[in-house]
Amino acid sequence: MDKDLTAKLEAHVRGALTRSAPLRISGGGTKSFLGRAVEGEPLDVAGHRGIVNYQPTELVITARAGTPLLEINAALHERNQMLGFEPPHFGDNATLGGTIACGLSGPRRAYAGAARDFVLGMKLINGRGELLHFGGEVMKNVAGYDVSRLMTGAMGTLGVITEVSLKVLPHPASELSLVQACSIDDAITRMNLWASRPLPISATCFVGNRLYVRLSGAETAVASARRHIGGELVTDSPDFWEAMREQHHDFFAGAAPLWRLSLPPAAARVPLSGACALEWGGAQRWLRTDAAPPEVRRVAAAAGGHAVLFRGGDSDERFHPLPGALLALHRRVKQAFDPKGIFNPGRMYAEF
Amino acid sequence: MSSEGQSKAEHGYTGELAVLLTALRAILPSDSVLWEEEDLRPYECDGLSAYRRLPLIVVLPDTIDQVQAVMRLCHQRKVPVVARGAGTGLSGGALPHSQGVLLSLAKFKSIIDIDARNRTARVQPGVRNLAISQAAAPLGLYYAPDPSSQIACTIGGNVAENSGGVHCLKYGLTVHNILQLQIISADGELLTLGGAALDSPGYDFLALFTGSEGMLGIIVEVTVKLLPLPERAQVVLAAFDDVVKAGGAVGEIIAAGIIPAGLEMMDKLAIRAAEDFVHAGYPLEAEAILLCEVDGTNEEVSEHILKIHDIMQNCGAIEVRTAKDEQERALFWKGRKAAFPAVGRLAPDYYCMDGTIPRQHLPEVLRRIGELSREYDLPVANVFHAGDGNLHPLILYDANKPGELQRTEEFGGKILELCVAVGGTITGEHGVGMEKIDQMCTQFQPDELRQFHAVKDAFDPAGILNPGKAVPTLHRCAEFGAMHVHQGRVPFPELDRF
Repeated sequence: MDKDLTAKLEAHVRGALTRSAPLRISGGGTKSFLGRAVEGEPLDVAGHRGIVNYQPTELVITARAGTPLLEINAALHERNQMLGFEPPHFGDNATLGGTIACGLSGPRRAYAGAARDFVLGMKLINGRGELLHFGGEVMKNVAGYDVSRLMTGAMGTLGVITEVSLKVLPHPASELSLVQACSIDDAITRMNLWASRPLPISATCFVGNRLYVRLSGAETAVASARRHIGGELVTDSPDFWEAMREQHHDFFAGAAPLWRLSLPPAAARVPLSGACALEWGGAQRWLRTDAAPPEVRRVAAAAGGHAVLFRGGDSDERFHPLPGALLALHRRVKQAFDPKGIFNPGRMYAEF
Repeated sequence: MSSEGQSKAEHGYTGELAVLLTALRAILPSDSVLWEEEDLRPYECDGLSAYRRLPLIVVLPDTIDQVQAVMRLCHQRKVPVVARGAGTGLSGGALPHSQGVLLSLAKFKSIIDIDARNRTARVQPGVRNLAISQAAAPLGLYYAPDPSSQIACTIGGNVAENSGGVHCLKYGLTVHNILQLQIISADGELLTLGGAALDSPGYDFLALFTGSEGMLGIIVEVTVKLLPLPERAQVVLAAFDDVVKAGGAVGEIIAAGIIPAGLEMMDKLAIRAAEDFVHAGYPLEAEAILLCEVDGTNEEVSEHILKIHDIMQNCGAIEVRTAKDEQERALFWKGRKAAFPAVGRLAPDYYCMDGTIPRQHLPEVLRRIGELSREYDLPVANVFHAGDGNLHPLILYDANKPGELQRTEEFGGKILELCVAVGGTITGEHGVGMEKIDQMCTQFQPDELRQFHAVKDAFDPAGILNPGKAVPTLHRCAEFGAMHVHQGRVPFPELDRF
């Protein structure tokens, strides 16, 4: 099933350039709900797949953008390794390229790093139809601007990612989760207190008045931290974290708009109506609220962060608006990569 | 390596100098504007002292408003601006421009705020790396990246170079440990990149800016993440009679699921130099030693130390020692940390390289470096951040011997090209600056360099920020290529290309 479609993708981009036809880049189509709708000719990257290089002792995997995330996870699992940022899939068809383009990270993010932190290098096709390679397969590389990390989370608006190299991590020797009942205010306090101590925490979540903590590491370290943190053992630990990551948990059911607030972790509970779940030690907050979008954004900004309308709602503005000077810089950078504006126009912001 | 000590009158900038001086003195206190040769002299080079050049003017602003005013003026008059922190950089990134302003951030040295609850520190760019950890220590927190110059180097410079250090395999580089930057753009605007949360809206300009070597803007404030101090750290020293065996042990430790806090290798010449210098107790008969440090909770460290001890022995170590106390741990590290100055005692000058390679190619790369060393008749000591593949060959030479400096540079260039040929990079942590600008032509294709220039133009359309550094012009590469590809042959034709 491995197939290198680089030449075909390049040709498609060059064709679109001559026709001045906007392109809607897609992989497995699992994250098309995220961001703004795009009008454009579909550019399907899913067929461009296969693990190109995997060296467990180098802690590096390189794969084509269309490679299913499930295939990558399986290959890593076989060698007792994993993707440190524990990305959400949002469907079995999720691809590596889509995951990196969306820049989403899962429960381990606050403790191990984000998608962009694990990106070592990338091949991409820019808006001049050129195939470019930035970064590489080594941990440390400061030659040239860090274009690979810039592309991560750019929602395909700067180019077509064709290949990604990621740092991978060993799977922890031991892992367990604990749960305790508490209020949201106590949860914020406890999560931040734990984070200021050298404890082997790999995930935290507050949902339904219960605070969950996952411990990962050497067996003795996990056992000792368990005594420190206390609470009941969670018997279906992997299922719980998967349900939160994939948004299958009951919290995510129903039609109320789902907002993602990214705040300083110790920020106080936000004064907005609706259910709230916390992850990442308090730095990622999910909110089911019918509050007006400008109000949600105002509250998030006042707390030192920003808000994304993740699912639902009827606002066309999904990501947090950018201040004027920064928006101007975004436009110039977009222009630098995609002068004709053919890649996913408007997917992030209406202006580009 | 060039020396440009000519007077400004010879350059013919006297008129421009007078106009600029008047304008700058209207913005800054008069003692913050330096222009007399004796005052400019301390700024003529950074840590790569083989490159020296006097700037036209040095300015030492101490407020953001002043930096903005300087940038607006320079932007309007198209005057080059080179930012400088402590000047400890090793690639000539802060080498002044002879027609430009050198903007020193030395007066920006206050720690604005330490937020214990959110575990962050907001600091000015001229704050020293180590000072942040010292200020955070009473809270049980520290700033993880620890470049070897951490006593002197500033956080602004660390961001500009995306500095690493001994602990970056586990804790990451500067880019992984900062949250927000306040920058002044080329035209004098104040912008915030990143934010107080873990991510921010729009493109990841925080990542793009980190390691951009002063080409995209002037950093005036940095917010860093602070981590809890580990409960305990412990180090194992293992000696090998063969570098290949030492390299194998590195792979086995990683394969066992351990990410060491530090994993360093030194070769025979480096071991001897360090031992003579600081008497760390290194085994002199070894061809290579590994220093492997683990940190974390007490239990975790004990568990990992036992495993590492076994792995080292199984990989053929001729001797394995665990530091018996904190004093011995410090001693083991002292030798490694003093390796550069120790090697410096072996010859009048040394030249430090900074390539990174996939670790599996280490034996092959060391063998080729050995061959090149004989070919160029210049000794090399190798110090290696083994965990992440970052190699620091130190070429010993004597700048007073005619032609030796040139031979050293050529040899260094060959080493970097070798790193690229095995799938690595020309710089792991020191940056391109002025020093490796020609090797950028080896690492990148013209289309990629053009893309870099387009990024630069998006931030600095007038091209006034650190011109001539970090990214070579295509014209320069064409000349470099013509010089180095003799008879159509690329360097190391026998190696696979990645």
